[in-house]
Amino acid sequence: MEPLRALEEAYNRFSSDPLFKKELARWLESFAGRPTPLYLAANLSRHAEGAKIYLKREDLLHGGAHKINNTLGQALLAKKMGKRRIIAETGAGQHGVATAIACAALRLKAEIFMGSEDMGRQRLNVYRMKALGAQVHPVESGSKTLKDAINEALRDWVTNVEDTYYLLGSVVGPHPYPTMVRDFQSVIGREARRQILRQEGKLPKAVVACVGGGSNSIGIFHDFLNDLEVKLYGVEAGGHDMSPGKHAAPLVAGREGVLHGMMTYVLQDAEGQIESTQSISAGLDYPAVGPEHSYLMSVGRTKYVTQTDSEAVDAFKQLSQLEGIMPALEPAHAISYATKLAKTFRREDSIIVNLSGRGDKDVEMIARQFPQ
Amino acid sequence: MGHDPDPKAFVANVTSLVEGGADILEVGIPFSDPVADGPVIQAAGTRALSAGATPQKIFDTIGELSLQFTVPVVILTYYNPILAMGIEKFMRNASDNGVNGIVVPDLPLEEGDRFRELALKHNIDSIYLAAPNTSAKRLVSIVDKSKGFLYLVSLYGVTGPRDALSSQALETVKRVKSLANGRIPVSAGFGISQPEHISSLLRAGADGAIVGSALVRTVAEHLNDPEEAPNHLKKTITALKQASKQRGC
Repeated sequence: MEPLRALEEAYNRFSSDPLFKKELARWLESFAGRPTPLYLAANLSRHAEGAKIYLKREDLLHGGAHKINNTLGQALLAKKMGKRRIIAETGAGQHGVATAIACAALRLKAEIFMGSEDMGRQRLNVYRMKALGAQVHPVESGSKTLKDAINEALRDWVTNVEDTYYLLGSVVGPHPYPTMVRDFQSVIGREARRQILRQEGKLPKAVVACVGGGSNSIGIFHDFLNDLEVKLYGVEAGGHDMSPGKHAAPLVAGREGVLHGMMTYVLQDAEGQIESTQSISAGLDYPAVGPEHSYLMSVGRTKYVTQTDSEAVDAFKQLSQLEGIMPALEPAHAISYATKLAKTFRREDSIIVNLSGRGDKDVEMIARQFPQ
Repeated sequence: MGHDPDPKAFVANVTSLVEGGADILEVGIPFSDPVADGPVIQAAGTRALSAGATPQKIFDTIGELSLQFTVPVVILTYYNPILAMGIEKFMRNASDNGVNGIVVPDLPLEEGDRFRELALKHNIDSIYLAAPNTSAKRLVSIVDKSKGFLYLVSLYGVTGPRDALSSQALETVKRVKSLANGRIPVSAGFGISQPEHISSLLRAGADGAIVGSALVRTVAEHLNDPEEAPNHLKKTITALKQASKQRGC
């Protein structure tokens, strides 16, 4: 509890400090590449035969995903707190890469925990982390995926708490992480809201984002929460099918529980043991979800749906060929749902999809599974 | 760990520990994601779960054991299995089967009011953990709200045997003992495996020492000849118990 209190205190102090905010804004602009464009995917929209589909191009950020918004913020905070050793967990490897990038730039030592199963399916990101000077620790316990990497990072943190900062990658874990990560990611929605008003002169009908831990989705939803006419859709991994262990959709198919220091929706069996998950996208392969999503769903502000592995792969191919943009498999779930949702709106309406990352990391696996 | 590696071997192992002089039994109810535990206990939980262990089945075994022994039993588990059963039902079950106390490492004091109320109602001691970096202010409320004993985490880290006591261990014992001021016994755990660890801790003022992984490791070393485990466990616990009697030196 004491390290969490110290973190909360430091975060409260620095997040309201104009100098800290200015420093972070400068890093985000000149290093990470903010603001990112809001791009009208005209070909995809025509193909979907419905509302205009806009893509918030977080895939164009340095490192290839929205993760850098958070890692730069937290790495700066760690530096202010006097911590020199940074640990992080990673699923698809995007958060690990973004942590390695932020740490290299800010001269901090980075050590990344990654499930050995994920290391196999995201080899490219393992090389990238190492090339950026980070150390990668394979995690062999449990299901050898993201949740186990978080377990190991938590164990390391309690062991080395005096000099180590745990840089969590999503809106999960104990307070203050869900709040802090949301704040760092909410730059996505702030920009997107301003951009759509400038380009369309009105708010979109809906905002769609994929949900694993839920950081890119909370990030884009947050500035729209008070615009009650804008529907907010989170897309979870439907995996192979909706039987236990074959998907990663805690909001759609889980129930209330406690994991990793948070009370939220969790995939679990009748005895409270955490269920294994399955998804083609390592970044969505997590049995719980940020507690704010659970709250937003319970008050009816957000809706959660699923798309399967094969629907995500189809969307990957579709966006690549129709728009010349290869999405990561995670946001491909959101693209897939958005093309269906677009049909329910008129052509003069718009929806925004958070294109949270680029697909280069997934090409090898897609080529292996779908060689044609 | 309850039902590690299976219910029958578990009962034989526990029996040998009681015969060897254990003063309190700490029985784990396995959880799939035990973040406070090191690899030894984690593996034991995995073995128990694959052998079909559930909280209910372990309660039933404890109920049978409590008919044979008078040693107090403390449960160690994580919050989610308790929530899944329902806190009230869990406490009633524990109480009906002779459980005396419960430790939940992922339920901080600050989130546990309802849990503590229901434990109290069913006469189960809620035992809280204090670590080397726990602030004085928080220690005071831990002392206030703990029942049975206070579980002192003797190091920064997770469970698991270490060769030497951590540098913080003895200092933490002294600090916590002076804050507890005789209001609650203080038992030290995490990383304790050797008789000399125990005598040092007790000399520093601890009221008890908690040994987990060192015993679980013995179980793990005898998975192929489980009938050998009780003898080894008994030898270990006897030596540890012996050390606890030498606190005067």
